[in-house]
Amino acid sequence: MSADPALQVEDLRTHFFTRAGVVRAVDGVSFEVRAGEVLGLVGESGCGKTVTGYSILGLVDPPGRIVAGRILFEGSDLVGLPEAQLRRVRGARIAMVFQDPMMTLNPVLRVDTQMVEAVRAHQDVGAADALEQARAALERVGIPAAASRLRCYPHQFSGGMRQRVAIAIAMINRPRLIIADEPTTALDVTIQAQILHEAQKLCRESGTALIWITHDLSVVAGLADRICVMYAGRIVESGAVDAVLDAPLHPYTHGLIGSVPSRNRRGAPLAQIPGMAPSLVDLPPGCAFRNRCPRAAPACTAEPALAPQGSGRAVRCFYPLHA
Amino acid sequence: MNPPLIEVERLCKRFVKPLDLAARLARRLGADVSEEVVHAVDEVSLAVREGEVVGLVGESGCGKSTLGRMVAGILPPTSGVIRYRGRESAGLKVQMIFQDPFASLNPRMRVADIVGEAPLVHGIVRKEQLDGYVGELLARCGLDPSYQRRFPHQFSGGQRARIGIARALAVKPEFLVCDEAVAALDVSIQAQILNLFMELRRALGLTYLFISHDLGVVEHLSDRVVIMYLGRVVESADSERIFGAPNHPYTQALLRQVPRLETRKTAFQPIVGEIPSPLAPPAGCHFHPRCPQAMARCRSEPPRLREVAPGHLSACHLNDG
Amino acid sequence: MSARVEALVVTQKPETPLRRLASEFFASRVATGAFAALLAIVLMALFAPWLAPQNPYDLATVTVMDARLAPGERGSAGFLMGLGADGAGRDMWSAILYGLRISLGVGIASGVVALAIGTAVGLAAAYRGGWLDALIMRIVDLQLSFPAILVALILVAILGRGADKVMIALILVQWAYYARTVRGSALVERRKEYIEAAQCLALPRARIVLRHLLPNCLAPMIVVGTLQTAHAISLEATLSFLGVGLPLTEPSLGLLIANGFEYMLSGRYWISFYPGIALLATIMSINLVGDRLRDVLNPRLER
Repeated sequence: MSADPALQVEDLRTHFFTRAGVVRAVDGVSFEVRAGEVLGLVGESGCGKTVTGYSILGLVDPPGRIVAGRILFEGSDLVGLPEAQLRRVRGARIAMVFQDPMMTLNPVLRVDTQMVEAVRAHQDVGAADALEQARAALERVGIPAAASRLRCYPHQFSGGMRQRVAIAIAMINRPRLIIADEPTTALDVTIQAQILHEAQKLCRESGTALIWITHDLSVVAGLADRICVMYAGRIVESGAVDAVLDAPLHPYTHGLIGSVPSRNRRGAPLAQIPGMAPSLVDLPPGCAFRNRCPRAAPACTAEPALAPQGSGRAVRCFYPLHA
Repeated sequence: MNPPLIEVERLCKRFVKPLDLAARLARRLGADVSEEVVHAVDEVSLAVREGEVVGLVGESGCGKSTLGRMVAGILPPTSGVIRYRGRESAGLKVQMIFQDPFASLNPRMRVADIVGEAPLVHGIVRKEQLDGYVGELLARCGLDPSYQRRFPHQFSGGQRARIGIARALAVKPEFLVCDEAVAALDVSIQAQILNLFMELRRALGLTYLFISHDLGVVEHLSDRVVIMYLGRVVESADSERIFGAPNHPYTQALLRQVPRLETRKTAFQPIVGEIPSPLAPPAGCHFHPRCPQAMARCRSEPPRLREVAPGHLSACHLNDG
Repeated sequence: MSARVEALVVTQKPETPLRRLASEFFASRVATGAFAALLAIVLMALFAPWLAPQNPYDLATVTVMDARLAPGERGSAGFLMGLGADGAGRDMWSAILYGLRISLGVGIASGVVALAIGTAVGLAAAYRGGWLDALIMRIVDLQLSFPAILVALILVAILGRGADKVMIALILVQWAYYARTVRGSALVERRKEYIEAAQCLALPRARIVLRHLLPNCLAPMIVVGTLQTAHAISLEATLSFLGVGLPLTEPSLGLLIANGFEYMLSGRYWISFYPGIALLATIMSINLVGDRLRDVLNPRLER
């Protein structure tokens, strides 16, 4: 494993300038991912995890834009990179898998057409070679009878299969990094297990770094090496999966883990985090979690910084729980 | 032991796509053309006792939502009987809580009207008392009653889920069918809503049919669990038995594959194969193409639900002999 | 992308869908301008008797001595004819104001009646489904496959001349658009969970259709309504221009344009030109308002 991280995000800030005010969807996010590593980016709706993923690939549309920060990838800063160069990165060096595979797949084109197009956009190869790569990619993601399935349209596949095709397209140009945004949330448990199995295998074999964005802690537990927990646009805790899930330091992480039914005695009321996530429009200064935190104190009106805690862990809290 | 509140006997729901003129003509001329039939629910029988929470679990195409809608009275069954306290019709006593907090509320009605419409129309409450009644319901569901005059789009997902619950409670039901009621919610909000369900059960003596694909939630909430696969019940038992000693291979596989917070970096061992389309379910036991222990008999003969232990039913040929 | 972000912004005061619509609508300068123009036109038409220096249909006030006066000259009655006079001596400005009244009145009235009929038919087709739906939709398809102007001409030829006959023709031409739009909308809404909830609560069917289904089908209908009104106005103008529309005693803008046509080549452009501008302005502002409404009422905003 190389010493240099595959991706390094430094103090990323993506804001949306809406009529209701400035929505600071991503407000100072920093993390890094190494080759072959799986990073889980975890949080509930509105925490900014999806916008983070989109920001890395420069897919944020107006009224949103990246206002600050650096995204270091293969020697260049993706923030402010001209569109033509970004296009060379997207699909070839960094690929994305979305929650809805139909965001990747064109319903009116056959699968082989789309995959060949994806290959030839970034590689200087002939059509036959591209087709062979497509067939091999489908086989790698576990689609039986790949050669004949290539000639099908997306609607002829089931939901799980479609997601596999989307993953195959993401992998076909051997990218250094794949960003997966809730790819299994809409799938059944048994199909989800298959996709997770494939993802694990692919990363191990090809050394691709993977950022897995999800709200499901259980999925991240089984898949990821490291985890970053996001809340209100900031990372509140990060570290190795075992460390964070077994001994969370941030009260939000602790509350989130406690809400999971399997962590509670059967039939007893679930430990719940009171209230709801704050509106991101004109967020008041200070710790964003303080209105819901059982440990809040007057000092929390100041904004805590993400402080390293040793052994790769970091937490953004003045009063972290002790390991 | 309480008497059964809801009894479902050999319930079937078939969706038939009728043949168009050309196809009918072809059939008349001898072509082998038949209508497409989906057996969404295939001879399901179950009973829910008063005060119980029965969890109904399964994946896409298993028919749990269709079954739920039939029990709630929204969808008419193709055949079979549904009895409520021995009678044919339940009226307002059975209500449904829906999955999508956005789509289940009329966007053009104020919350006060959404919750207050039905009790007013059915004469449960008089017009003068309506405001107080609605306010009380909203408070019971954890919402500020002063928000009554607002519209659904001004609330968050969790709050809308609460409005949906208040709406169902407004007609004083005894039985709630919750169709993936917390699936669209964040984990922390989900915990709040599940706690609300448990609190309401205790306070109002409600009975639940809790439909979900989330085994963790079902395990926490339910007294009994029914597992469905492609329209049929494959296993049914008390919560402890299902999660502690599952009998049916499908249940065993399902439980093995559920991601859990405790399992770390272990290799996932999925079942091979896709979930078959309900349009063309495998003959015999529907699960046999994916079952690691399938026998020749499984390919031809559908297994019947048999009692393998007191209160524990399972439909698998492995249990015979 | 932005829609997801907007979902997080929960406003605090009771905000009716109408207020939300209005704030979205007026965010566009073009639409605001068009709305203002339309409002001005409607008000001018409404207050025509007070704004016009002369009643062009009162033969006592019109004298052929003023015929074809150029814009800016004074007429026999002493007032300034800012837009000139037509072949019969009518002040153009007054004639346009009164003509707007007729055009707008006929266009809006026929639109409203067509909307009512089309909505009832479309809702019935969507809710009942089956053979009724098929029958109604075949009639609608048939109706819509003929060019509107052709149907209108045939109807007027059969029914004869007169304001009411023209209205009937316009209504018969327009109802099908509304019916098809409402049916499509209703078919989508019918499947939504809040309708299922209403059924679960055992609400009477009529109540579900009128109180739950209909208000949520309004959005595309408003768009069709505005665009169709513009269409009706232009259709009526065409009919009048061809001489088969409203009678001479109630000249609409179309008839004014027709009357002035013969003078175009001799240089007396104002007799056709200004009514033409008025018609263009009316139809354009209605269309711009309708376009903006369509963008704003896009279903993504329902979230």
